[in-house]
Amino acid sequence: MKRSFKDVEHLVRLAACFLAALLVFAIARAALVPKDFGRYGHYRAGALMDVRSHPPKYAGRVRCAECHEDVIQTAAPSRHKNVSCEACHGPLLKHADDPEVAVAKPDGRAGCMRCHSARTGRPLSFLNIDAEEHSGTDPCSSCHKPHDPRPSEDDEVAADEKPGDKK
Amino acid sequence: MTATRRDFLVVGSRLLVMTAATAAALEHVLAETPEAVSTYKTAEHWWAMIIDLDKCIGAGHCVRACKEENDVIDEPMFFRTWVERYHIDMSDPDHPIVDSPNGGIDGFTEKYPEDSGKTFFVPKLCNHCKDSPCTQVCPVGATFVTEDGVVLVDKEYCVGCRYCIQACPYGCRYLDPRTQTADKCTLCYHRLTRGMVPACCEACPTGARQIADLKNPKDPAHEYLRTHKMQILKPQMATGAKVFYNGLDGAVR
Repeated sequence: MKRSFKDVEHLVRLAACFLAALLVFAIARAALVPKDFGRYGHYRAGALMDVRSHPPKYAGRVRCAECHEDVIQTAAPSRHKNVSCEACHGPLLKHADDPEVAVAKPDGRAGCMRCHSARTGRPLSFLNIDAEEHSGTDPCSSCHKPHDPRPSEDDEVAADEKPGDKK
Repeated sequence: MTATRRDFLVVGSRLLVMTAATAAALEHVLAETPEAVSTYKTAEHWWAMIIDLDKCIGAGHCVRACKEENDVIDEPMFFRTWVERYHIDMSDPDHPIVDSPNGGIDGFTEKYPEDSGKTFFVPKLCNHCKDSPCTQVCPVGATFVTEDGVVLVDKEYCVGCRYCIQACPYGCRYLDPRTQTADKCTLCYHRLTRGMVPACCEACPTGARQIADLKNPKDPAHEYLRTHKMQILKPQMATGAKVFYNGLDGAVR
């Protein structure tokens, strides 16, 4: 028994429909999925470069030391020797790239008290200070230089007194 | 007009060839620019962080530095890293009081006299989990663990569905209201790949936070991890968290 094309025409049409759908899918997929998707995993490899392209703002202590070695030396004998410059001064990369860019002054007493205020629950080994009891309303800088905060030798505050150094 | 089998095959094969050619051309057009030349190789690193809680004084410099460095939206409740203060009254040790005023960005208020129980600070950030729940739930492949162990978000791909925010057991993600996409700590990936340390580690005045490259045998982190009793948050969840805490109290959840 010989079959004519008409006998299988409906099957061919069906197959054509499937093929067309497959083509549409293939085209859409090629158009919508970025080329670099899946290079490293189930994500767009370009996203890594997107994140990496964010410009840094903090220069880092090493960079500061390139020009300000004197300040590092000033701080060296004190307890502030390992404190990062940018902890108090804020982000400095712009200043490092162009020294003309002014550096923001640290926020004085409030800045000191961020680390040194008492009764916040800091470890007792840390220098916790009740500011009012310690110096009233005088600015911290009248006795302590921020880079080397040790009171000067001729200061009335003797080494054995150290008002804020609570045991 | 009736189509013969021959016509059908000819038209069909023409269509096939045309599509393949178009697709190839399109791919060529969409091809991105070559990656910027950099000596950084992702396969040579495996990033983690070490936090020494005995050194943390809750000054909040890390929180401030993170917000500045990464242009995190300057409003309360949006943090890539934040500091929590735990206070445990010894008469009721099962119910610690936790506060984190504005993420600790301006430090902490004077509240707990020295003899009023146990008080300590816990800085938190994305744990950059090896098997992170947040990347597993993303329906579009917008968040992922990189080859060097950092969990990142593809802002172009993210559809803002918030699944990952729910999935993170550490509460480290939020929806950036400016872009309506998920946002989180990148471990300052833009700094790591430039050979710098993350901004939070840079700004920490006591060195409580240290970045660690576990694939670098010369990294002092190995010595530290070996000689201290380290703990991660929620180890029972098997997330493979990579923020290691020294001196973590059992009260911390």
